[in-house]
Amino acid sequence: MEKNIKFYWTLFLSAFSLSAFTIGGGYVIVPLMRKRFVEELKWIDEEEMLNLVAISQSAPGPIAVNASIMVGYRLAGLSGALISTVGTALPPLIIITLIAKFYTAFKENRIISALLLGMRAGVAAVIIDVIIKMAKDIIKSKNTVSIAIMIVTFISAVIFDIDAALIIILSGAFGAFYYNYYKKAGEQL
Amino acid sequence: MIYIDIFISFFKIGLFSIGGGYAALPLIKNQVLEAHKWLTVEEFADLLTISQMTPGPIGLNASTFVGTKVAGLPGAVIASIGCIMPSCIIVLILSYFYFKYKKLSSIQGVLKGLRPAVVSLIASAGLSILTLTVFKTEGISLLNAELSDINFISIIMVAISVFILRKYKADPIIVMVGTGIAGALIYGLF
Repeated sequence: MEKNIKFYWTLFLSAFSLSAFTIGGGYVIVPLMRKRFVEELKWIDEEEMLNLVAISQSAPGPIAVNASIMVGYRLAGLSGALISTVGTALPPLIIITLIAKFYTAFKENRIISALLLGMRAGVAAVIIDVIIKMAKDIIKSKNTVSIAIMIVTFISAVIFDIDAALIIILSGAFGAFYYNYYKKAGEQL
Repeated sequence: MIYIDIFISFFKIGLFSIGGGYAALPLIKNQVLEAHKWLTVEEFADLLTISQMTPGPIGLNASTFVGTKVAGLPGAVIASIGCIMPSCIIVLILSYFYFKYKKLSSIQGVLKGLRPAVVSLIASAGLSILTLTVFKTEGISLLNAELSDINFISIIMVAISVFILRKYKADPIIVMVGTGIAGALIYGLF
């Protein structure tokens, strides 16, 4: 991939527009990033995108920022990381500066709250779309262990409300144990 | 100096908010309400409302909101940089090791275990947003969400959007803007 001005501009614009639409929590940026960088631009493959998200989740700080740093670094090293970070940080800076100035008008505007309510439906739809695609890939892999991890972690997160960082650490440790030790020992028998 | 205080406070917020999102909330509250009296309780409540309604990580929203209040635009920029700095350092170190050692089979095992877990975590975040969308809430805040009436207009919008996304591979941003405009027309006018 050639790293010209056009590449950096596309990276910046992608980070900026994804951040501007990350409504309702950090994880929302993940499906958006996947759609943009994996499906549309084809800069990163599916597996790697999930690896990057897992690592972003295990570091402190906003997931959206972390994921954006990792994607930028993966694509163009330090300069890529810097550009995507700035792109991600700018929308909240601009939007909150404006809103802090016109807060009362903003809070009481019916059209704005209706607009935001409507957008939430779109956000939910985008996440559903991406989850269907990702879950399908895991099920299609016919790897029973992966499918089991997916089901167990989903139940842990939704029903038992277990901390995301803990889920990441435990599944990573389980993967290390299962694939490196247990499975290898089994193959030698 | 006020800028250094702001920087250090938000550096701490960035550094200790592991798990993202609302995990940062108690920490932000501690820094801007208790350690420094930068916001009043009402202003803090306003900050939560704004964060819920606008895009961007809550840590960064708080940085800008508090930074602007305390020291204008330079304050906002310095707070944002402070908040992002720990992530930058730690994630870059992790990135370096990840790209250096990702081909090792032991790391491959870890990653193979992680990927399905990440799908679940995204699904669980999606589920909470879907819950917010499907049920009518009085006042747009997670804190006072009431699971009373079902919002059928939202359900229809979600269903149509998912259909368009899957069938025509539409751009997610266009879909979100579309549902926003539809929402403004439907909820705003009637």
